[in-house]
Amino acid sequence: MSGAYAHEYNAETRRANRQRAKPGRSIILKIKRCDGPGKPSRWESFKVPVEPGSNVISCLKYIASHPVTTDGKRTTPVVWDSGCLEEVCGACTMVINGRVRQSCSCLIDEYAPDEGDTLTLEPMSKFPVIRDLWVDRERMFHALRRVKAWVPIDGTYNLGPGPKESPEHQQMRYALSECMTCGCCLEACPQYLQESDPEKWDTSFIGAAAINQVRLFNEHKTGKRLKADRLEALMGPGGITDCGNAQNCVKVCPKGIPLTESIAAVGRSTTVHAFTRFFKGR
Amino acid sequence: MAEQRVIVVGGGLAGLAASVRIAEAGLPVDLFSMVPVKRSHSVCAQGGINACNEVARQQGYSEYEHFDETIYGGDFLADQHPVLEMANWAPNIIDLLDRMGVPFNRTAEGYRDLRLFGGSLFKRTHFAGATTGQQLLYALDEQTRRYESEGKVKKYEFWEFLWPVTQGEGDEKRCVGIVAQDMRTMQIRAFRAAAVVMATGGNGLIFGKSTNSVICTGGAASRCYQEGAWYGNPEMIQVHPTAIPGADKLRLMSESARGEGGRVWVPRKKGDTRRPTDIPEAERYYFLEERYPAYGNIVPRDIATREIFDICVNEGMGVDGQNQVYLDLTHRDPEYLTRKLGGILDIYEKFVGVDPRFTPMKIFPAVHYSMGGLWTDYTPGDYMPDVPKPAHKSGAPVPVDNKMGHGLTIGAPNNMMSNIKGLYAFGEVNFAYHGANRLGANALLSCIFDGLCNGVSVVNFVRDSGTPGVDGLDQSIYDRVVRQEQEKHDRLVNSARSATGDEAYNPYRIAKELGDEMTAASTVVKTGERLERALAKVAELRDRYAKVELCDAASWTNQSLSFARATGDMLILAEAMLKAGLLRKESRGAHYRKDFPERDDENFFKTSIARFNPQTQQSDIEFVPVRAPLVLPRARTYGKADTKAGKPQPAAAHA
Repeated sequence: MSGAYAHEYNAETRRANRQRAKPGRSIILKIKRCDGPGKPSRWESFKVPVEPGSNVISCLKYIASHPVTTDGKRTTPVVWDSGCLEEVCGACTMVINGRVRQSCSCLIDEYAPDEGDTLTLEPMSKFPVIRDLWVDRERMFHALRRVKAWVPIDGTYNLGPGPKESPEHQQMRYALSECMTCGCCLEACPQYLQESDPEKWDTSFIGAAAINQVRLFNEHKTGKRLKADRLEALMGPGGITDCGNAQNCVKVCPKGIPLTESIAAVGRSTTVHAFTRFFKGR
Repeated sequence: MAEQRVIVVGGGLAGLAASVRIAEAGLPVDLFSMVPVKRSHSVCAQGGINACNEVARQQGYSEYEHFDETIYGGDFLADQHPVLEMANWAPNIIDLLDRMGVPFNRTAEGYRDLRLFGGSLFKRTHFAGATTGQQLLYALDEQTRRYESEGKVKKYEFWEFLWPVTQGEGDEKRCVGIVAQDMRTMQIRAFRAAAVVMATGGNGLIFGKSTNSVICTGGAASRCYQEGAWYGNPEMIQVHPTAIPGADKLRLMSESARGEGGRVWVPRKKGDTRRPTDIPEAERYYFLEERYPAYGNIVPRDIATREIFDICVNEGMGVDGQNQVYLDLTHRDPEYLTRKLGGILDIYEKFVGVDPRFTPMKIFPAVHYSMGGLWTDYTPGDYMPDVPKPAHKSGAPVPVDNKMGHGLTIGAPNNMMSNIKGLYAFGEVNFAYHGANRLGANALLSCIFDGLCNGVSVVNFVRDSGTPGVDGLDQSIYDRVVRQEQEKHDRLVNSARSATGDEAYNPYRIAKELGDEMTAASTVVKTGERLERALAKVAELRDRYAKVELCDAASWTNQSLSFARATGDMLILAEAMLKAGLLRKESRGAHYRKDFPERDDENFFKTSIARFNPQTQQSDIEFVPVRAPLVLPRARTYGKADTKAGKPQPAAAHA
């Protein structure tokens, strides 16, 4: 696969591109397409007129109502996953110019400022393709079940407030809790591999997103009650020791979650837990 | 008899709260959603969730005042008992979310922090940064996952609700399941259930671009409506005053920006080309603060929207001569802003490329929320004053305390049930709580309240000895609806094979024309003449839709098909919105008729109820009295300055 964060433009380049982008130009969207599981992939290119504020989503919408390639061939609208279009739901993640990111926040002016510039869109490679740019990320939600990513409350009836918390601790938990299960960290991780057989999900590397959730819930006063279960879920095959410390995850996280800190913190907890368990003789 | 199941359609806050509550009571839940529930539109809610709290209480605030504010904010169109119950539950709901681990912002001492929000002079809004909806949704998603791993909730994600399955006619009509489609394999099948909860959210896509997610077509509500469910106050659509214009959608800029001190202004001099930071204070027109000295920038949304519209469209004072005004936070400490509003400031910076901590934002109103929705019933609680009460004054003794059961009879099977037995509507798709205008930070509350409080009603309905199980029902009842949907599906797929290629029949084109027309005719300012023209346009679009052509004949993961199918349902709901708006010859809350600028309680202190007429394929609109025995209607002025009393509303619409 292409480098997960190749071709990333820094903030200055993006700003400069936006300044010189010409309104009324057209760009080329080169899209990797696939009709369904087991079907071969192919590339199709589309010429799309853009205006200031255009993003990958508005270009894909244009193609949906004008599904004609640059060769003049009529084709089908491109299939892709999307939801909020403001980078909080995580749905529209794809690989753009070789780098994984949300397509809604990918502004054309910043990435393709000149007439005829090309943007390349590919589906994420670590998840099975459903069709075109839409992939199946069920394994990520499975991982959240695997590590019991919830606070085990005593039911929903009124039992008074939750635990008091310092603002510093709240800010720390909030930062971890912004994870939208988009999968960028997994796409970029050399240790995380595509696994279409659900039977093998529990023994293949679980990845940064779920490890971060373990830290989040182990930091909550009531959430702690399941701490041992969560750590043990990360101690076998596919657990935290599979992390190769490439640190790609933290570089591609769109929410700036301190994923490597979380991996280190959970790593320490599992070590302590292993010792404790050993001396307790369990 | 086998165990009865409940179906919940929609996995946002309302659907998840309902699923958790129903599963907790021991009934198995089948949860349907077009997206993984963690990606539902509730993630977009930003500002917070309202509830009376100890700090506000000691300053004279109360649950009763929250109730009174909500009724007043909604311009007296909401049925009143459910709103009272919701306000009384609110503090307990915050406690529960707190226990679930929601990272609510904290004070230095570790208590939950609060912020100001529109329509109240008290700090009563709890928040988690500026992504409160996301954090609340995640907490409920986690609790749902817990029940899922225990086998009590079964999720059907990437399944689209196609139609309710009903049995019987008239008052005896009952919902006994649904037909749904797997959006990947395109398999269509029926599911049995003793009760069905619709928690399918809003319908912003009817207006083309809005603040809503791409799934908010209103299609599911429209399908229930076409099957005979009544639709309440369809004309009541909230246009949020502050959104970022965009090519693909209009991104919300939360009301919390104003709650945290954001000021709305335009240069006093038309066509002033200076940078905003170069314009001195005296040459800025803070029009909300001047026109509404009491509430200033935190007037309710409908009022702020009309004033911004007035400044731009009527006065021609928009920034750079365009339809936009400044929303300015640059006078606040950047670190404070990051802590309280980081999430939304990042959105602005990401999509506009300008840091709002140092440069005022440019914003304009956008369609945001549907107060109208499926009509629902309820059994009132035990509070029933001899006569409705006048305005409540902060600090005065409250007419009724904050205990449960004053507003609704808890667990009554008909709470938030539609006119079709066993078919419930929770959350935004329920018309019950917000009347003619929703107050900011009341939406999250109403969604979770519906799920928690009225989830119990669903359980009681299913377990009632008078409710027969659905296992013994003849399979033909279900097969008939599967056949209906399969035929609709096949017709759409075949249209791609025999396509003429004429753009007029492209579903995306039809939807875009619908959105443009609805935005022009039926948002900030409406007139009878313009609504009539829009009705004619919708009729034309419906004619064209009858010959709609897809560009994709795939029998696998056909997204165009799903969109084209929803477009037909959007057209039907649009007609109800326009017709009710045309017949409501008054101005109330979000519904402003330039040709009838005053509220008319004599004729329209009434809920509009739309019923779909299968013969004519049109909406029949009836006006019925608002169920309002608790609070007396009063003029809704928000302390507008007298100097401007001569022109209380925008003078003209361009549309």
